[in-house]
Amino acid sequence: MKKQITISGFGGQGVMSIGKSLVEAAVAEGMYATWVPSYGPEMRGGTANCQVVLSDAPVGSPVFTYPTELIAMNLPSLHKFEDKVQSGGIIFINSSIISQKVQRADVKAVYVPCDTIADELGNKKVANMVMLGAYIAATGALKEETIRQMLVHIFTGPKAKLVDLNMQALERGAQCLKA
Amino acid sequence: MTTVYRKSAGLQDRDLHYCPGCGHGIVHKLIAECMEELGVIDSAILVCPVGCSVFAGNYFACDCIEAIHGRAPAVGTAVKHTHPDQLVVTYQGDGDLASIGAAEIVHAAMRGEKFTTVFINNAIYGMTGGQMAPTTLLGQRATTAPLGRKKELHGSPMRVCELLASQEGLAYAERVCVADIPHLNKAKKAIKKAFELQLAGVGFTFVEVLSACPTNWGMSPVEANKWLMENMAAYYPLGVIKEAQV
Amino acid sequence: MITVAKELWKGNEAIAEAAVRAGCRCFFGYPITPQNEIPEYMSMRMPQVGGVFVQSESELAAINMVYGAAASGVRAMTSSSSPGVSLKQEGISAMCSGELPGVVVNMMRGGPGLGTIQPSQCDYFQATRGGGNGDYRTIVLAPCDIQEAVDMTQEAFDLADIYRMPVVILGDGMIGQMMEPIEWHDIPKRELPPKDWTASGRKGRDHSNFVTSLRIDAADCEQFNLSLEAKYKTIAEKETRWAEQDTEDCEILVVAYGTPSRIALSAVEELEAKGIKAGLFRPRTVWPFPSERLAQIAAQPGLKAILVVEMSLGQMLEDVQLAVKGAKPVRFYGRVGGMIPSVEEIAEEAEKILREVQ
Repeated sequence: MKKQITISGFGGQGVMSIGKSLVEAAVAEGMYATWVPSYGPEMRGGTANCQVVLSDAPVGSPVFTYPTELIAMNLPSLHKFEDKVQSGGIIFINSSIISQKVQRADVKAVYVPCDTIADELGNKKVANMVMLGAYIAATGALKEETIRQMLVHIFTGPKAKLVDLNMQALERGAQCLKA
Repeated sequence: MTTVYRKSAGLQDRDLHYCPGCGHGIVHKLIAECMEELGVIDSAILVCPVGCSVFAGNYFACDCIEAIHGRAPAVGTAVKHTHPDQLVVTYQGDGDLASIGAAEIVHAAMRGEKFTTVFINNAIYGMTGGQMAPTTLLGQRATTAPLGRKKELHGSPMRVCELLASQEGLAYAERVCVADIPHLNKAKKAIKKAFELQLAGVGFTFVEVLSACPTNWGMSPVEANKWLMENMAAYYPLGVIKEAQV
Repeated sequence: MITVAKELWKGNEAIAEAAVRAGCRCFFGYPITPQNEIPEYMSMRMPQVGGVFVQSESELAAINMVYGAAASGVRAMTSSSSPGVSLKQEGISAMCSGELPGVVVNMMRGGPGLGTIQPSQCDYFQATRGGGNGDYRTIVLAPCDIQEAVDMTQEAFDLADIYRMPVVILGDGMIGQMMEPIEWHDIPKRELPPKDWTASGRKGRDHSNFVTSLRIDAADCEQFNLSLEAKYKTIAEKETRWAEQDTEDCEILVVAYGTPSRIALSAVEELEAKGIKAGLFRPRTVWPFPSERLAQIAAQPGLKAILVVEMSLGQMLEDVQLAVKGAKPVRFYGRVGGMIPSVEEIAEEAEKILREVQ
């Protein structure tokens, strides 16, 4: 198994942390993984993307031209990377703010209203977790339980209540695949 | 037989290379005597500069580190942080400290680094042959200011004690000179006080010594010391410039 | 808590932690992208281990603080990125002359001048040819990933102490900014010479120590330079390191270090999948450069050409040419200014060269 995932969006959409969560969970499951940020000079705003490789074997190049999956959290990201996705790959679209559909027929498109669901859950910040839930459900690349354990590890003390919120976000994201 | 005078144990038994009438040898002696009186020759670390006193490490009996031009305060910072209970002294001239090392000395003062800087101000670059220093007086001739320092062209001489006194981290600054015996005695007291304050851990301590450079000033030693008192001491006021309340 | 054999680390932070584990007790640095996580991590970690962290007023001050700490006998380190490392050359030269150990990390970014903040390898000449004034070298370690960066950082302090000289860890922005899992290895402890030369206070010693980089007498200075030369010969004999893959019967050999070497590894695998016999030669020290082994591979009758890949316009290329001495065609592919060569570009270039030399 080898996944090459491009995750892209506005700064502040949690794009980097989707990637970090994937890599952290993959490492917890004993896989090889790399996370490469495309870092710009701005501290806030602007566009941000990262490249993630998840693999059964040691990772050679941590950067790639053609992703197996694209997570587009905003429209410029879709425009920038749609053509690059490998044939047979998957494009995940944050349909809350991207009204455009995927133009290609040789890739699978998954539409996830991340921000809408996050609003329903009462916390805009979990939009990226909704997308992560959708990614895991669509690819089966990682176990949901690993993510839960990660969240328990991250959110401790007064923040422990955020575990359930994030798990709900993951679950709602996964449900988008069943619709 | 009573011993009337002896060389300080803080100095090695070597001949100095300094010119007749130069202040470096005198200030070396004062520092060495202060170290000896405080019983710290065996623990002190002296950071030497680039300039005429580049060989100071060959003269002092304590351990010495030769720093690059201007960087003695950076070296001193690291040495003091790693050896907080030992006396650390940087010895610097005016080109070294006030020109190429201006950033380093200001930031050592800003951080309140707990070492002592002894600053030899002779208003000229000595070792390289009499070029203009930031402390060269208006009208004073230098090989790079053959018609004398001009305010409109070169700016006015830098008063380093006063500049550093603006920094909260500076605990003690005094300007002294070594042009005659009474002033020399005062200079020694200032150096010793700075060392004592350093060892008490109060902050950055700084002693500026107005010192003659007869060779590059083109004067005899006697004329040079007279010129120093009449001109340098007039522009650079002697005395305690800052003493923080402990 | 999840128990994992491997830990996920960001490159810059991993290097900082590796330095702490190697006994580094002084860190001096100045902010510059893309290495800021190193001083940030050290500002938190140094006080925990009784060490010293100072954010210096400049790169000049930082390297001279390393000089001071080293002169007084403490393991010290600084890190920066290309423009900042240019400023550090003054102190690196002085440390070579004063024979002071220390570790300097350069997370290279695109140049010249302010350039860009994206990864690059454009400081190869500066790192491997001395960089500052004078006839000197530094040991230059070139990690290709975070694991190797961690292992090399831990070794760097021993190398610096053994040979009493600065050791440069030549990384690139990619290694500093990326994350991947690593394991903490126990680095084999080497026998270190006594630090009887430090200016740390006499403390009963019958003589004073004077650490200096000035040798005003020309004959003395020449003797000193010759002693450095002898030291560098020993280092070349004992410390030259490299890695290779599928070099036994390759027809095209890719030579790369750092991040491009792992991209090249994927390109080699892609070429092999197409039935092309490709190999990879990866210098792990770029000074000393593994010339002898490279020359041996170049002499293999089956080898048709060598492709050097760098994130520069061809700097290590010159060391490869010097090693190969015209035995085989040496070609070059480079991306610069913060651009990164891709797997496809490298594989395509290799195929093109093979077509041309057939």
